[in-house]
Amino acid sequence: MVSIGCGISEPGSTRNNKTGSWRTFKPVLDKEKCVDCDNCILFCPDGCIGKEHEIDYDYCKGCGICKVECPVKAIEMIREE
Amino acid sequence: MDFSQEELLAPGHRGCAGCGASIGVRLALKALGRNTVAISATGCLEVMTTPYPETAWEIPWVHVAFENAAAVASGVERALKAQGKEDVNIVAFGGDGGTTDIGMQALSGAMERGHNLTYVCYDNEAYMNTGIQRSSSTPFGASTTTSPAGKQSFGEDRPKKNMAFIMAAHGVPYVATASIAYPEDFMKKVKKAAETDGPAYIHLNQPCTTGWGFKPENTIQLGRLAVESGAWGLFEIENGEFKVTYRPQNRKPVKEYLSAQKRFRHLTDVEIDQIQEFVDAQCEELGI
Amino acid sequence: MTKQVMTSNKAVTEAVKLAKPQVVPVYPITPQTTISEYLAQYVADGDLDAEYIRVESEHSTISATLGASEAGVRVFTATSSQGLMLMHEILFAAAGMRAPIVMADANRAISAPLNIWNDQQDSIAQRDAGWIHLYVENAQEAHDTIIQAYKIAENKDVLLPVMVCLDGFILTHTVEPVELLEAEAVDEFLPAYEPTHAFLDPAKPMSLGTLADPEYYTEARYAMQVAMDNSKSVIKEVGAEFGEKFGRKYDLVEPYKCDDAEIILVAMGSMCSTIRVVVDELREQGEKVGLLKIRAYRPFPYEEINEIVKNADKLAVLDKNVTFGIGGALFTDICAKCDNDTYGFILGLGGRDIIPDYIKECVELTKSGEKKVNWIGLKEDE
Repeated sequence: MVSIGCGISEPGSTRNNKTGSWRTFKPVLDKEKCVDCDNCILFCPDGCIGKEHEIDYDYCKGCGICKVECPVKAIEMIREE
Repeated sequence: MDFSQEELLAPGHRGCAGCGASIGVRLALKALGRNTVAISATGCLEVMTTPYPETAWEIPWVHVAFENAAAVASGVERALKAQGKEDVNIVAFGGDGGTTDIGMQALSGAMERGHNLTYVCYDNEAYMNTGIQRSSSTPFGASTTTSPAGKQSFGEDRPKKNMAFIMAAHGVPYVATASIAYPEDFMKKVKKAAETDGPAYIHLNQPCTTGWGFKPENTIQLGRLAVESGAWGLFEIENGEFKVTYRPQNRKPVKEYLSAQKRFRHLTDVEIDQIQEFVDAQCEELGI
Repeated sequence: MTKQVMTSNKAVTEAVKLAKPQVVPVYPITPQTTISEYLAQYVADGDLDAEYIRVESEHSTISATLGASEAGVRVFTATSSQGLMLMHEILFAAAGMRAPIVMADANRAISAPLNIWNDQQDSIAQRDAGWIHLYVENAQEAHDTIIQAYKIAENKDVLLPVMVCLDGFILTHTVEPVELLEAEAVDEFLPAYEPTHAFLDPAKPMSLGTLADPEYYTEARYAMQVAMDNSKSVIKEVGAEFGEKFGRKYDLVEPYKCDDAEIILVAMGSMCSTIRVVVDELREQGEKVGLLKIRAYRPFPYEEINEIVKNADKLAVLDKNVTFGIGGALFTDICAKCDNDTYGFILGLGGRDIIPDYIKECVELTKSGEKKVNWIGLKEDE
């Protein structure tokens, strides 16, 4: 059965839904080039780029905003196998 | 830039790849922090973040209907006050349809009554959740599914409703426009709004990859073009005092902004000139 | 115990004061208006410690009420007629989100043509929203039922909103003696509201009012049906407990001289008082008639009704509402659930008085059995 009124008591539970499977192109960061501007973190619609600019591929939908917004072109989009 | 690393909108939500609304909410919540209750109008944001039994929200959140987010927020605000939780930030998110059209009355009432809350309109300039129908926030010339371009039509034939000024006319102590492409400016405004004693309104320009017709990777680029061309101005009205918060150095021709989107692709130079004239006049009025 | 003379609207607000809701959004509408005024005055005088929201419409009234309830506090509101119609969409949301809201509805006709006087079309039109509907007969019942409504709505096996329906003007603006409940006793009877299913607390975040797809929606609606079924015994228990504590017992239905009745009149609200007088009069003339007052319209107490009407030859159902194309709403419900030979009567619309002669006419027409659905007091074309 469902919870009373379909209220959800588990915050952030969309994490159960791995949207990484939506991806066609995968962003790959060249850490050597990264200048820590954090643009990729701020602009990621899915909040799946961490403090050290590590990309969580479980959720990354491959939109490519991080690539476009990277001022030093440290992110490349590579077609998924 | 200094900002919170805490993600209060979890990944795994069903927003489109390149969704601008989720960027807007993420940034707003970074500014507000955990001690916040959010209210959503029905719309993209609501359906993509709470598909039962999952929620993307890390903070308390409630949705009731399309047209009443501001009224629901009014009740939430007073209930928290009655519980002695006046330190909790209250933020309502409504799309342009839920704000400038069907939610206008509830919003006007909440603003006039002076509830201590922040209302953020995430404006993607059409009813995106139902498939790109025209709203009163759709700009002149845009082709939508209910204001389509055709042999005898260039699309939307009315200018966008000026919500920020309508809210300012309510005597709301803090009103601002913002863009997801200018996160520092936006987050600063959200903080100011939350610190305002009384109601605050932020009208957030939010490019929509699906509705505007551009590649998902260009969401921020489009937001930037809107501001750099003067099609969208960034300002705030604090206790009645108007201030431009960002001035493009050399304003780009609006054609550059329009031609980057499928919804304007049908426009001829006649309409583009008309839009340029309108943008010029708007920038002059705003002092941009 | 103090007895005072007051209108039902006043009696409602005196009960609200005792129930201590923390948020009260209200929008004035005839004939509910004095409820909104009394409550405002109580708050202004410090007699009711509540946040009173001067909302800009009934749509926002119920929206703010629901928002406050979801935030975890006890709430109250009141409306009537067009206002209730404007709330329609959110009434479903309130029930679906399982918010234990208590709302008074000053029953009034629906436009067009515009009419500010009493019938019960407004609340009847909301019967499928998932609210519990309790109809009251007089000011004392209005007072007592508000307190019981909270205890029913907040019961963990129920968690549904309750609408307390009182006839416009006939009750809302007519003064009667009312025995006011004592605050301490009410506190004992009605403990503070402590929600576990819905609240908005940053220390324990919940998401409320979510999207349920075909995988979950049916179960959510079924849970409401179960809650509505549960509410039957809860309404009875609360009514009995109220009786023990305060001396006035309440139930789902209230039979009057039904035991040996050949014809039983079935009705809701203030007209039951008039019917009772007619029943006595006809009984004196040797006619075996009785009255079955329906207090709970939703949940519909058909088992209890059948137990009472099982030996009656005929039922006469009096409705202050119309379901066009079939008859009155209570009539159609009774027909659906009872096997008795049943006749429907539509009367008292838009404030037309229900005089004893009309009720006698209902009895006569039931005896004759000519027409299943009858309009009473209708002025024929000259």
